[in-house]
Amino acid sequence: MSTAAHVHEEDHGHHHKETFMTKYIFSQDHKMIAKQYLITGLFMGIIGIAMSLLFRIQLAWPEQSFAIFDVLLGKWAPEGVMDPNVYLALVTIHGTIMVFFVLTAGLSGTFSNLLIPLQIGARDMASGLLNMISFWLFFLSSMIMITSLFVEAGPAAAGWTIYPPLSALPQAQPGSGLGMTLWLVSMAIFIASSLLGSLNYIVTVINLRTKGMSMSRLPLTIWAFFVTAIIGVVSFPVLLSAALLLIMDRSFGTSFFLSDIFIQGEVLHYQGGSPVLYEHLFWFLGHPEVYIVLLPALGITSEIIATNSRKPIFGYRAMVASILAIAFLSTIVWGHHMFISGMNPFLGSVFTFTTLLIAIPSAVKAFNYITTLWKGNLQLNPAMLFSIGLVSTFISGGLTGIILGDSTLDINVHDTYFVVAHFHLVMGISALYGLFAGVYHWFPKMFGRMMNKNLGYIHFWVTAVCAYGVFFPMHFIGMAGLPRRYYTNTAFPYFDDIADINVVISLFAFTAGAAQLVFLYNFIHSIFYGKAAEQNPWKSNTLEWTAPVEHMHGNWPGEIPEVHRWAYDYSKPGQEEDWVSQIVPLKEGEEELQH
Amino acid sequence: MTAILTLTVLVLIGIAVWQISKMFELSQTERNTTQVANDKDNDTQGKLMFAFLAFIYILTLYSFYAWGDVLLPEAASEHGSDYDNLMWISFALIFFVQTITQALLHYFSYKYRGEKGKKALFYADNDRLEAIWTIIPVITLAGLILYGLYTWTNIMTVEENDEALVVELYAQQFNWKARYAGQDGVLGDANVRFLQDFEGKNLVGIDATDPNGLDDVVVQELHLPVGREVIFKMRSQDVLHSAYMPHFRAQMNCVPGMITEFAFTPITTTEEMRQNPDMIAKVKKINKIRVENSKELIANGEEALEPYIFDYILLCNKICGASHYNMQMKIVVESPEEYEQWMDQQQTFAQVIQ
Repeated sequence: MSTAAHVHEEDHGHHHKETFMTKYIFSQDHKMIAKQYLITGLFMGIIGIAMSLLFRIQLAWPEQSFAIFDVLLGKWAPEGVMDPNVYLALVTIHGTIMVFFVLTAGLSGTFSNLLIPLQIGARDMASGLLNMISFWLFFLSSMIMITSLFVEAGPAAAGWTIYPPLSALPQAQPGSGLGMTLWLVSMAIFIASSLLGSLNYIVTVINLRTKGMSMSRLPLTIWAFFVTAIIGVVSFPVLLSAALLLIMDRSFGTSFFLSDIFIQGEVLHYQGGSPVLYEHLFWFLGHPEVYIVLLPALGITSEIIATNSRKPIFGYRAMVASILAIAFLSTIVWGHHMFISGMNPFLGSVFTFTTLLIAIPSAVKAFNYITTLWKGNLQLNPAMLFSIGLVSTFISGGLTGIILGDSTLDINVHDTYFVVAHFHLVMGISALYGLFAGVYHWFPKMFGRMMNKNLGYIHFWVTAVCAYGVFFPMHFIGMAGLPRRYYTNTAFPYFDDIADINVVISLFAFTAGAAQLVFLYNFIHSIFYGKAAEQNPWKSNTLEWTAPVEHMHGNWPGEIPEVHRWAYDYSKPGQEEDWVSQIVPLKEGEEELQH
Repeated sequence: MTAILTLTVLVLIGIAVWQISKMFELSQTERNTTQVANDKDNDTQGKLMFAFLAFIYILTLYSFYAWGDVLLPEAASEHGSDYDNLMWISFALIFFVQTITQALLHYFSYKYRGEKGKKALFYADNDRLEAIWTIIPVITLAGLILYGLYTWTNIMTVEENDEALVVELYAQQFNWKARYAGQDGVLGDANVRFLQDFEGKNLVGIDATDPNGLDDVVVQELHLPVGREVIFKMRSQDVLHSAYMPHFRAQMNCVPGMITEFAFTPITTTEEMRQNPDMIAKVKKINKIRVENSKELIANGEEALEPYIFDYILLCNKICGASHYNMQMKIVVESPEEYEQWMDQQQTFAQVIQ
C-alpha cells in the first residue's frame, strides 16, 4: 500500500486566532495535548508513589504510631496508627493510579500524541476534537478518582482488581460504598477516554502517513503505539462491560457476580451469579493491559537505543513481528491469573501453554536490544541509561514470569509477594523507565529546552539501585509464603524473621522516592530555564526532528517532508555522518538495505 | 501540633532536595549543561554500567546469604516434591539466563561506550541469529511446559475414592472452619440459607434434613492423619477467600456460590517438621527476634512475647477485608491413631443441634 500523502496541505495556523483557552486549555493540537497528558500523568504519579511510601512505612514498622499518618490520614489513623481498611485502600488506589492513570494514560497518552503525527509526517491527529475530548475525559476521571479519596468511608479498597463480592457489598468493607461507586464511574470515563484516544491513533497511523512512509518504514515507536491502541480497543470495552455489570449488581439488585451470600447476619437475595465470571471479564482486559503499559515503553526504548547506539535497531522485522506476536498472545493468556480460581484445571493447562509462549517474542526483543548495543558507539545520556535500565528490569522481571505462568508453580506463589516483585519489575519499573527515557529524550521536542544531564544521571543511578533494592528481596518474602495485601505479618509469628527484609525494602523505597524529587526539579526547572534546544540534539533520523523547535500548528512550515528511507540508517557505510535523516533521498546506487 | 510539625518537616525536606539540586546544578563547571553526553560522560557512565552489573550479582548473592533461610522448608505433601523439583529446575534456568543476559547487556554498555569520531558497526539484521534465539527458547519452554503440565494434571486430578478423607474448608470474614464428613464419608448438603437455623449453632449451614449431614463434624482447627489423601472441598459464605497452605504447596480459592476442590496427601507430621534441621534453625532465629522485641515491650511495661513453636498454618490469600491479614487456622498433621483419638472427642452435627 502506498501511503496516503498530503492529506491536508494547507497550513492550519491561518484559520483561527488562538486564545489562551484554545491554546493551553481546550487545545486540539496534539503537541499541547501530549503535554497535558504528561503533566496530569506526573501529577497522578506523585500521588500514586506517595501512597506506596505511606504503606511501606506501615509494612516496615507495623502498627506503630507516626505523625505523618496522623496528618495525612486523620481519623483513618487513630492516634497515628494506620487503620487496616486504609492500608487496603492505599494499595488499591496505588495500583489503580499507577496502572491506569500513570502508565496507560500518562505514558501512552503522552507519547502516542506527541510522536504519532510527528514521526509519520502528519499535520495533526485524524481528529483533533476527539483527541481533546479524550484528554478531558481522562482529566475528569482523574479528578473523580482523587475525589473518591475524600469520601466519608474512604476510597475503594478491594484491590485494584476489585473482585466482587468484596467490591460489591458495602457490608464487606467500608471502601465498597460510595468510594467504590466513584471508582467505577471514574474507570468508565477513563475507558471512554482511552477508546477515543486509541481509535484516533489507529486511524491516524493508517491514513495520515506522509508520502514514502510505508508501514515497513515506520519507526518502532509508532509500531508499538499502533499495536497498543489496537489491544486497547479490543480489550478495554470488556472491562467497561464488567464495570457496568458490577454497577448493576451493586445498585440494581442483579446477580451477575453474586450468589449464596451470608454477611453481617443476613442472607442476601443474590442467586446464580459467579465471581469467576467477573474474573474472566476483568482479566480479559487486565492481562492485555500489562502490554498496553509495556509495549509503548518498549517502542520508546527501541528508538532511543538505536539512536544512541548510533546503530540500526537489530532485527527490525523481528521486532515488529514480536510486537505483533506479543499483542496477539496477550489476548489469550488472561486465565493465568486464575489458575486457582476454581476454574476447570484443563483450562489451566491451556493458559499455561499460551502464557509461556509469550516468553519467545519477549526473549527475541531482549536479545535484539543487546545485539543493538554490540559494537555501537553508545551515547550514554540519561534517556539511554533509562532505556538500558528498562532492558535490565524487563529481563529480571520477565524471567520470573516463567514460574508464575506455569500453573503448577503458581499454586504456591500465587498472590504472594513473589507476584508483587515480578510484576513491579517487569511492567511497573520497566514502564516507568520507558516513561522517564521518553521524557529525557523528547523533552527538547516538547518544551524546546534541554534537561540537565547530571541531575538525570543522579536520578537514574539512585532509582536503578533502589528499584532492585526494593524488588529483589521481595521475591524472598514471597517464596517464604507471605501473601500480598497483608496489613502486617505480625499476626503470624512464623513470619517474624522477614521483618528486617521489610525494613530494608522500605528504606530503598524512600530513597527511590527522594530521587524522583530530583527528576521533578529537573523537569520543572528545565521547562523554564533549561538550555535552548537545537533542532536535532541527538542527531536522530526520525521525522520529528525535522520540524522546527518552536511549536506551530500543523508541525511543518510549508510542505510535509517526504520520506525516502527507514528510520535506522545510523552509521551506514558510504555516508559521511553517522546518521541519515529519513527525508534524505537514497543516493544513486545506494540500497535501502531493508526488506 | 504534631500535624503542623510533620507537615513543616515534609515541606522542608522538599525544599532541601530542591535546593541541593539547584546547588548541584550551579556548582557544575560546565554551566548550562545539556543532556548531550560528551566523551567524559560516556566514559563515566559506561564504567558505572559495569559496576551496576557487579551490584546486581552481589545483591543476588547477598540476598541468598542473608535471607535464604526464610524460604519455605521441604514440602510436607506427597506432590510437594514434584513441585519443588520443577521450581528448582525453573530457578536454575532463570539464574543461568539472568546471569548471562545481564552480563552481556551491561558489559556491552561499558565496552562500547561512545567516543567522538568512532563509528558504530552497521549491522541491521541476521536471520540466523534471530532463528537461534527464537528456537532455543522454544525448545527450553517446550520442555518446561510439558513437565509443568504433567505435574499440573497429576496434582489437579482429584478422583473421589473411599480411602480419601473428605474435608470441607469453610471461609468467612475472617476465620476458617473445617467440616469432616463423619462415619459415612459423605458431606451433607449445605447452603448459607441454613446458617440461621438452630440459633446460630449451624456454623457452616448444613441442611438438617439431609441425613448425610448429621454425622458431620465442624471444627476450628484442622487435623489431618499423615499418609492419607485428603480431598478438600472449599466454600465461602461472603466474599472470595483463598485457602493457602504453603508448607503443603497447596492453594485454592473459596468462591461464594460454588464448591472448589484441591487434594493432597500430607507426608510429614507436625512433630517431624519441628525436628527438621532447617525448621529448628528457623524457629531459633524467630525466637531470638522475639526475645529482642520482648525487651522493648517489657521496657514499656507490656507483656513479653511467647516463644514460638512451629505449626502448619492455613492462611487467607485473597484480599477479603480489614482482617484479611489475620485470617488463619492451625493445621495439625499427626499419626492416624492420634487423629482418630482427636476425632472421637469432637461433636457431630446431630449432637450440636440437639
